[in-house]
Amino acid sequence: MIIFGRRIPMIFALLIWLLVWEAIGRAELLFLIPPFADVVRAMFKLLATGKFYQAVSVSFIAFSTGMMISISIGIPLGILMGRVRFIDELLGMWVNVFVSAPLTAIVPALMVLTGFGQTTVIVTVILFSVWIITLDTRAGVRNINPSLLEMGRSFGANKLQLYTKVIFKAALPEILAGLRLGLIRGVRGVIVGQLLIAIIGLGELFELYSRSFLMDRFWALVIMIFLFAYMISEAVNHLEKRIEFWASTR
Amino acid sequence: MQANTIQNRPIIEVKELSKTYPGRVEALRNVNLSIPRGQLTTLLGPSGCGKTTLLKIIAGLLNKTEGNVFINGQPVNGPGPERAFVFQDFALLPWCTVLRNVAFGLELRGVPGKQRNEIAMKYIDEVGLTGFEKAYPYELSGGMRQRVGLARALAVDAEILLMDEPFASVDEQTRRKFQEDLLNLLKIEKKTVVFVTHSIEEAVYVSDQVALLGPRPGRIMRVINTRLDHAENVEDIRRDQRYLNLVEDLWQILRQYLI
Ligand SMILES: Nc1ncnc2c1ncn2[C@@H]1O[C@H](COP(=O)(O)OP(=O)(O)O)[C@@H](O)[C@H]1O
Ligand SMILES: [Mg+2]
Repeated sequence: MIIFGRRIPMIFALLIWLLVWEAIGRAELLFLIPPFADVVRAMFKLLATGKFYQAVSVSFIAFSTGMMISISIGIPLGILMGRVRFIDELLGMWVNVFVSAPLTAIVPALMVLTGFGQTTVIVTVILFSVWIITLDTRAGVRNINPSLLEMGRSFGANKLQLYTKVIFKAALPEILAGLRLGLIRGVRGVIVGQLLIAIIGLGELFELYSRSFLMDRFWALVIMIFLFAYMISEAVNHLEKRIEFWASTR
Repeated sequence: MQANTIQNRPIIEVKELSKTYPGRVEALRNVNLSIPRGQLTTLLGPSGCGKTTLLKIIAGLLNKTEGNVFINGQPVNGPGPERAFVFQDFALLPWCTVLRNVAFGLELRGVPGKQRNEIAMKYIDEVGLTGFEKAYPYELSGGMRQRVGLARALAVDAEILLMDEPFASVDEQTRRKFQEDLLNLLKIEKKTVVFVTHSIEEAVYVSDQVALLGPRPGRIMRVINTRLDHAENVEDIRRDQRYLNLVEDLWQILRQYLI
């Protein structure tokens, strides 16, 4: 950010917005927005309750299980779509539809198949995250310089070696980009799944706080989930930066 | 006597080879060519005449439409350990160091780590990259990257090197140095080389014989012996009257085919 020709660190922008928030809260303009200081206090209160940890652990299990399934389906599927014309033509349409579809609308229908519990939440996480991972992986495989593949073949790589030692690694920059987006969508998937059907975990807390107008806790929860999503996305971003040079010389 | 006949037999024989790409692009028509063992044969012709296509069919990387290619009397149907390829765009693995890139062919063959690194180091030295074994491709200039590509091809100890315009993406000075180094290197490493270029000077400079390809569909027009005595100092070749005459002769032949 640049003000009066001086570089101001981003953190100042954040500070300004927090001050605005605090002012609106103090002025009691909207009951939806309590003072930020109250939100921080609520955050510490939450961190001291057992119910919170229970909710976090239920949600985290759903998230990580869903993501693990998403990744182990999405990456191989993306590689196959990038390599095999027939599979690409068969599935390409569906993946493209689902990647931008308003999935939230479908979630209640899942209930019929998977019930009201944790399974539905896991399925929602997968449904939210798998498509972007697949598409980005496919794009990465498509971007591979053909002479890299010829090089592998001419030096005697068998199919497995070609996939593990050349294709997967050459596509890794895009795979990681897909993973980062997939993880963020996965976080959204947990919350949507828990809110819409299975009223468990963090979704249950959200329900509870908004129904009883405990807006400070509500916002505390929002901020913590946001921080969590931000942190995992930064972690993947860090990996992406480390392998950035691959993409340029591929 | 027996050994002698094997030695005299062309190591690569291309017989009535044709290639038509999907979409009816006829890239090669009825190509016949014998490539003698232990020599450097250049495929010379204008861009788009099918040089790369011919080289990749010899490499087993592309399917032919008709005809055959024989290596040591055996028909080609895929890549093989007796052939190594040097790519125009280097085709290095960007996530691997120079050492690992040079050793890549050996890694694919399952040569144990210590052994393949020793072999790779030898060739890194030979191509003049000593001290760069831990560098990544993005840290190297184009010329150095191609030296890595060459070292990788040498490391697998193939009889035949197939080089597709290896110096085309390298600047002029680097290219000249590289051409000299290649000739010196080939004095140590006894290889059969098939070398593709569109530069007449480069063809005459490096080759024992030049096969002239005409414009699409590619055919072999003439095969011309351009052997200069490479035992002499490679730096003197460019001043050699025979070199200059050959360049002029080739140009006179090639210009007939240009409209
Ligand atoms: N994959 C391909 N599909 C269709 N046409 C191709 C393909 N590759 C090359 N060609 C065509 O075949 C001809 C010969 O190409 P190439 O062998 O690359 O020529 P050169 O290496 O001599 O420049 C060119 O006209 C080119 O456009
Ligand atoms: Mg070419």
